[in-house]
Amino acid sequence: MPVSAEEIQPLLSYSNKSIDQLPAVEIISLWKTFGDLQALKEINVLFQSGEMVGLIGTSGSGKSTLLRHISGLIASDARSECQIKVWGQVVQSGGQICSDVRKIRAEIGFIFQQFNLVERMSLLKNVLVGRLAKIPGYRSLFHLFTRSEKMEAMQALDRVGLASHASQRAGTLSGGQQQRAAIARTLQQQAKIILADEPIASLDPASARLVMETLGELNQQDGITVVVSLHQISFAIRFCPRIVALKSGEIVFDGSSEDLSVEQLGWIYDSDSEVDFEAIRPKLEER
Amino acid sequence: MLTSAENNSSARLEVPKTPLGTILSCFVATVLLVAILLFSIEGAEIRFGDLWKNRGNMLEYGSGFLKPDFLDWPDYLQEMIITLQIAVWGTFLAIMGAIPFGLICSSNISPSWMTQPVRRLMDLLRSVNEMVFAMLFIAAVGLGPFAGVLALSLHTLGTLSKLFSEAVEAIDPQPVEGIRATGAMPIEEITYGIIPQVIPLWISYSLYRFEANVRSASVIGMVGAGGIGMLLWDAIRSFNYAKTAAIVLVIVVVVSVLDFASSRIRRLYI
Repeated sequence: MPVSAEEIQPLLSYSNKSIDQLPAVEIISLWKTFGDLQALKEINVLFQSGEMVGLIGTSGSGKSTLLRHISGLIASDARSECQIKVWGQVVQSGGQICSDVRKIRAEIGFIFQQFNLVERMSLLKNVLVGRLAKIPGYRSLFHLFTRSEKMEAMQALDRVGLASHASQRAGTLSGGQQQRAAIARTLQQQAKIILADEPIASLDPASARLVMETLGELNQQDGITVVVSLHQISFAIRFCPRIVALKSGEIVFDGSSEDLSVEQLGWIYDSDSEVDFEAIRPKLEER
Repeated sequence: MLTSAENNSSARLEVPKTPLGTILSCFVATVLLVAILLFSIEGAEIRFGDLWKNRGNMLEYGSGFLKPDFLDWPDYLQEMIITLQIAVWGTFLAIMGAIPFGLICSSNISPSWMTQPVRRLMDLLRSVNEMVFAMLFIAAVGLGPFAGVLALSLHTLGTLSKLFSEAVEAIDPQPVEGIRATGAMPIEEITYGIIPQVIPLWISYSLYRFEANVRSASVIGMVGAGGIGMLLWDAIRSFNYAKTAAIVLVIVVVVSVLDFASSRIRRLYI
């Protein structure tokens, strides 16, 4: 069930904690308004280190907005109580993104629905971009990457099954391949958290499964914290032990995916046509 | 033949009428255009009859072009090469300036307090003709090709900055956001997210401006800014049509070859 700001506050004294003991992400009283639209309403949530969390909800429920706030890509409303921390470091507070947000972003791999690769650059160069925040400015400016950085990028591509396409332009690959290249970029980044914003929304079922399996593997084998927003409930239930559901900008469910019932899903999605509830029912009953 | 179902639907459907406002605005626009053309007749001294009246002069002028005089071809070639060199440097300096100024002029990556003054400065450079710049620079650095280089580079800087910035404003912002999300600095967002997207257009615009600059470099020579234009001006002033024809032919051949080559190169990048 959703937690309140009061419940989160006691967790915020970390003076003696190591990075592994800290929550990966803490969001306290997050509000966001776009014009007249209240996109997020007092979001309080913690994502623990090593978790794989599925964010679900209808289109416009606030999933993407929430993920972008974590990475500091957008600022919250200017309310003093709004605060977001990643590994204990403040990303934004009171509507102000912190000045050294780039350092924090370097630890967060962000996967977008539309892949956000540079189509005219090779896959290898796109993956090497993941290392920009960690190399001196003069090297990044002149595209000077060391042999070991290139080798690591090749290993990242190999891990997602794309090493043989390294020199191909990103724009020539299929959607599924581009999304896996985006995952390779997060590997090159050595990200400790992956935020995936509807990473399979524009993929065919086989590519979608492959991408979700890769994310699951990174969570299981590498201990990377994964927060993934999904429209496909069946994938969320299958791959994410914890589900956070948003409805009209509010968290309406936060718990184990095993506790999620078809009736709750029906309420979360207003029983609209976005979700085939009867198709999901057998999967829920299988658990 | 229409089927009965189609006949029924035809009865229901109505072709939308053109709104009266659209018709009126077309009419007003046409009347305005005609009025402007009529108003300009006197100032521009439009007298098509003179073409017929002075046909003798024109035939004499044209017949000179039928027997081009290539006796001094080594001079023409040498001056044409200088013309190309003026165009090369004029374009190169303009590109070097247009990269930063084009980025500063782009409203999607620069704040308006930066874009607006720089845009106005570029407007100014664009609005002054190369010929005027050439005369100004001749006064500053003396007669010769360097004045031509400076004249071309300033005018081209104004043009390319505008074209470069328009290309930047039309980019897909998503790859840039993807790079920003990795913790990259703004300069890295430009280097990796923006430049690769705009480079084909930038190359295309630069080649196009180079072609235009070769033509312009041929003309600014007439005011003493070096190149084949000086020879051309001498030939025209001395009514030596055969020589004029030879020089014009050299210019036409070189410009055509460059047009062909640059269109081929452009195709490689787009």
